[in-house]
Amino acid sequence: MKTTAPLPLPSPARAAPLFSRGQCLLFGALLALPMLEFFFDLGLSAPTRFVLVFAIVGIGLNVVVGFTGLLHLGIAAFMAIGAYAFAILTCSIYPFQIGFWPGLCAAILIGAAAGAFLGAPTLRLRGDYLAIVTLGFGEIVQDLLKNLEVITKGTQGINPLPAPWFFGATFASDTPKTWYFLYLGLLMLCILLVRNLEHSRIGRQWFAVREDELAARCMAIRPDRVKLVALAVGAGLAALGGALLASLLSSTGEPGNYDFQISILVLCIVIVGGIGSMTGVIVGALVMVGMNSILLPLLGQKLQQAGIGTTTSVYLAPDNYKYMLFGLALVLMMRFRPKGIIAAREEEH
Amino acid sequence: MFEWFDTDVFLQQVLLGLSNGMIIALIALGYTMVYGIIELINFAHGDLFMLGSFLALTLVGAAMNCGIIDPALMGASSHWWLLGTLVLICGIFCGGLNLVIDRLAYKPLRNASKLSQLVAAIGVSFIIVNLGLFWGGLPMDVLGGGGAAAAPKDFPHLVSDINLLGEDSFVVMTWNDIVIFAVTIPLMIALTLFVSYTKLGMAMRATAQNVTAARLMGVDVNKVIAATFAIGGFLGGAASVLYANYNSTVSFQMGFRAGMDAFTAAVLGGIGSLPGAMLGGLLIGFVRAMSDQYVGSEWTNVVVFSLLVFILIFRPTGLLGRKQREKV
Repeated sequence: MKTTAPLPLPSPARAAPLFSRGQCLLFGALLALPMLEFFFDLGLSAPTRFVLVFAIVGIGLNVVVGFTGLLHLGIAAFMAIGAYAFAILTCSIYPFQIGFWPGLCAAILIGAAAGAFLGAPTLRLRGDYLAIVTLGFGEIVQDLLKNLEVITKGTQGINPLPAPWFFGATFASDTPKTWYFLYLGLLMLCILLVRNLEHSRIGRQWFAVREDELAARCMAIRPDRVKLVALAVGAGLAALGGALLASLLSSTGEPGNYDFQISILVLCIVIVGGIGSMTGVIVGALVMVGMNSILLPLLGQKLQQAGIGTTTSVYLAPDNYKYMLFGLALVLMMRFRPKGIIAAREEEH
Repeated sequence: MFEWFDTDVFLQQVLLGLSNGMIIALIALGYTMVYGIIELINFAHGDLFMLGSFLALTLVGAAMNCGIIDPALMGASSHWWLLGTLVLICGIFCGGLNLVIDRLAYKPLRNASKLSQLVAAIGVSFIIVNLGLFWGGLPMDVLGGGGAAAAPKDFPHLVSDINLLGEDSFVVMTWNDIVIFAVTIPLMIALTLFVSYTKLGMAMRATAQNVTAARLMGVDVNKVIAATFAIGGFLGGAASVLYANYNSTVSFQMGFRAGMDAFTAAVLGGIGSLPGAMLGGLLIGFVRAMSDQYVGSEWTNVVVFSLLVFILIFRPTGLLGRKQREKV
């Protein structure tokens, strides 16, 4: 190698396009979907909002699992924290009622603070122990929300919650397309934000810690601090997703809704799509959430219409294959395609 | 004594805690053995335990249908031989299944990162939970378990419910308690002897200390790992029968909770250490019983999980674990 002159350091933040080609394609398709619905009655834009919400949570988890290499098994807890923070600050039964957008911002901040709170004492732990601690935290949050009935209304959940408003107009619950475009816009915003982080100093530190913690330490990177930022960013995005989900449903739902299964659903999104790739996360969300909340219910409906699906047989309800599909997704991806459907390109970093 | 403190209630909870703790200890051994050798948190172990109890439930149902045992006498008379057979059959079933799982899901990932193995184990756990749901959907009306697949099923007491401390005693101790100790203690002694004195046990200890060195000494590491999974699974299967018999209920979701209790026990005792897992199991059982009584049962899981988090943060080697340096 001849390196007579020092190579110019690339400045990826400026060199890289705003969205990769794959992301442009995906956003094009996602934008086209509601347009198509003006002509064909697909009924897809309403359930696809859940895909968008989970894509946002997936982007958050991807920062922790994909960029920093920490296995996080309790991301649903941060969705719950976001949803409940949003609910308590905006619901009419509480004195705060600060409205949709301030509520959303507060939810993100509270979520990020909770992430930092969990991270501060635990980040020195080894990988698998950290995974179990995050899992334990997820269970503790669920039980706390269930048991602190005075504040959280226990298993009833908090409702009703405000719908988003934009340019002075509040979204009506029967116009899913407006919600759809808003959520898509927020997803794009999150991707931009995380993309900028990824190409900044902290992003390179995340990758350094993921690849080799010892080497990173030798480069004067403080792994604890870097991991803490990743955990806080991930938790903040998960809280945003939780708040958006709660607003969509106009209720936080019961605390049991934010259980281990949801954490694993989000983990599946990241792993199936491609660890470390944001395009992959969108694909993963489309595949996993699409299967979970569009395909399986639809299949069940069709079976019922055909007279095959009955409520008594456990084998004929497609919903009952959910765990199996999650499990197979994880096992098979680890075995045959550990980098996911859309593998993150090495040269990007 | 304090007003809220009732000696009888306390003693009852201690007994309950010890009995459940022995079961937890038996499951914890499966976690700790596998972790000691390949440093994998075998996430599916709790769910394997759940499948074992479903097999036990099915076999009990079959025995009732074939007229081998009389449903009317359940809880009144003791079926020692049936319980013994179930422990053996479910143990072998779970051991074999654990072996197959290791072969299919974990073995191909042996050289991958620890986290990919853990993710695969979580995947296996979900698959097994789904199998449990489907197993629960099999007709089991004989047991009055109800038609709903997801609902918890009743498991009959296979041994007599008579209070051994006399009819007037507040504290209830039945053969169901005794049988737990009668099964777990010999199993633990046998395991300790096996690991200490047999050739395979020695190979296990060697592999746990250093895989490469063990291989250089002529230990067939793959055989050792397979044996570890089989033995851990056997203990989990035996525990599943005891659990179902003691708590009289079986549900496809119980694996997660039982597994987390057992894993907490293993970590509390010091992961990789057999006496540690036994001690940890007893302690967790005790903590659960005390928390149920004096804190409120809705907080018990919070207590156990907080305990787990605090041990991992402040004393990751547990009570009896060796101080271990991070391998690079």
